[in-house]
Amino acid sequence: MTARSPVFLRNLSTPLLLIGAGLLLVVPVDLFASGVTTRTFTEMFVQMVLVVGLYLFVGNSGVISFGHVGFMCIGAYATAWLTVPPMMKQFTIKGLPEFLAQAQLPFLPSVLLAGLLAAAVAVPVGLVLMRLSGIAASIATFAFLAIVNTVYSNWDAWTAGTSSIVGIPTRTGIWTAWLFAAAAILVAYAYSVSRFGLALRSARDEPVAAAASGVDMVFQRTIAFVASAFLCGIAGALYGHFLGVVNPDAFYLGVTFTSLAMLILGGMGSLSGAVTGVVFVTLLISLFRALEKGVSLGAATYGLPAGSQEIAIGIAMMIVLIRKPAGLVGNREFKWKRSPAKAERRPEPAT
Amino acid sequence: MAGLLQPLFDAVSLGSIYALAALGIALIFGVMRLINFAHGDYIAFCVFALLIPSTEVVTGMLLGALPSWLIVLSVLGVGALLSILSEVLVFRRLRSANPAVMMIASFALGIVIQNVLLVSYSSRPKSVSLWPELSLPVEMLGARIPLLQLLTVLVTVALLLGLVAFLKRTRFGLEMRAAAENFTMARMLGVRANRIILIAFGMSGALAGAIALVLVSQTGTADIRMGLPVMLVAFVATVIGGMGSLQGAVLAGFLLGAASVMLQLLLPLDIRPFRDAFLYLAVIACLIWRPDGLFRAGLSSERV
Repeated sequence: MTARSPVFLRNLSTPLLLIGAGLLLVVPVDLFASGVTTRTFTEMFVQMVLVVGLYLFVGNSGVISFGHVGFMCIGAYATAWLTVPPMMKQFTIKGLPEFLAQAQLPFLPSVLLAGLLAAAVAVPVGLVLMRLSGIAASIATFAFLAIVNTVYSNWDAWTAGTSSIVGIPTRTGIWTAWLFAAAAILVAYAYSVSRFGLALRSARDEPVAAAASGVDMVFQRTIAFVASAFLCGIAGALYGHFLGVVNPDAFYLGVTFTSLAMLILGGMGSLSGAVTGVVFVTLLISLFRALEKGVSLGAATYGLPAGSQEIAIGIAMMIVLIRKPAGLVGNREFKWKRSPAKAERRPEPAT
Repeated sequence: MAGLLQPLFDAVSLGSIYALAALGIALIFGVMRLINFAHGDYIAFCVFALLIPSTEVVTGMLLGALPSWLIVLSVLGVGALLSILSEVLVFRRLRSANPAVMMIASFALGIVIQNVLLVSYSSRPKSVSLWPELSLPVEMLGARIPLLQLLTVLVTVALLLGLVAFLKRTRFGLEMRAAAENFTMARMLGVRANRIILIAFGMSGALAGAIALVLVSQTGTADIRMGLPVMLVAFVATVIGGMGSLQGAVLAGFLLGAASVMLQLLLPLDIRPFRDAFLYLAVIACLIWRPDGLFRAGLSSERV
């Protein structure tokens, strides 16, 4: 990728704004907030890595994928194999080969290797699945997710079946999570302004014209698929290092739907939309969680019954979708305003 | 012979459930390109409608206390009503949105229904004894088939025949087939969109009610997540059958039922836990082989 080209710099304000907004959240939370709040926002940044990864593929290709949480699962288990102390691995995952059973890597190389493993799996999967379009492609990615879940739930020697693997060092703090989210945003941005991103978006909007101009859609989609699998694998590894525990059902339909909901609520056509969706849904969930816990008025505490949190979130999501079918942000990106002189020459498009 | 009869019945009765669910999803997809993720929750809702809302483990029957024929009618009615209500309150307002948005909205609706059940019944599964006499086996050609399995198959066949008659013989059926084929064209030729979509939702919901009755009498439990596995398989069946093709959805439902029973029988014991992985591999192979669905005659993509 030609990272230094003017194209890369032209809209650089978008990722920088998104990363900076994240920083404005991290600093006060880290300084003043309680442990619970800090964990909520740490989880939010991990999910941001996932959703930005998902956006890289879904936003640019227009194909809804149900399969990316499968890559998250692969990444989380990879980091478990690499970082759980060998003493503990002897008891939970006995079937690992010698080099993995003895391995105890530091945090960063392990997370990167986890992403690479997910990307490596994505190469053959992408080459096969990316031939499909529309709903057939979505179902095929769902089938991939189901396969990953079945395999990891039953591959006792390597994954301890449906029981959890414990003992992953909990290294994902709020700053680490923010740094990874920032890196993911930059990667997604660099991809979408690269020739690959441009080619894929052209194939999304006008498949016939793109093919006539020499865009190989299967190849372009596979590149996006692999790149986004890398980010989702990293998100999985971060999540493992956040919870300290992995188990296959943590990476199945629940996360799949939440992450898709975040992406589509924010607006699947833009990076700003993906990031906004994550923040919006997290804030919504925290708000209703707080309401469910109850508000103290004098001596009495008024709270909503358990389960009402999800009801309220579901209704809120439907209202947003009805009001703004293109997502909260639509297909626009957040941009730094141009200097007044430039803005005068070229009127700002309606925002 | 007797050894083969049992798996055959397993395959057909499992396939019946999938076929009914796939049909419920395909009916709606046909008329408005909506993949309704809330369908599984309609099923759960219908099951719980049998019981009195209570967070205790044991609770009395609500609709389940009625005479059998009224149970059937009322549960189908509840399903249809819930489905119609969701169209009027939610999906009608999203008619012009893209399919991904509608899908996420249906998922949000599913969460709402599931948690309404959670608040009123708690998350613990409850035991329901609906028609216990149906689990008695009957002797047939030397095999012992549970009466319920036999009944499931018969009911499914009856429902399917009824539906075929409806689609082929009535005006609404004709309009619905036309709408499934090409919605815009059908509207231009005088099909009333709102009416036909409401009918599709009503029928889809009633089918969810039928599945609810079969599932609850088979398993004897009511669980707020019981619709999900059926819905997922049905969803896959709808796609490999050819989106929008009703007979394709039904056939693919039976096919998936048969495939999962056969894999269960034929796979060696030590890889049997991985059955679903093989099933979904077959699904991917199927999609690669015929991306437009197994039973889709025409091309769905634009010709260039």
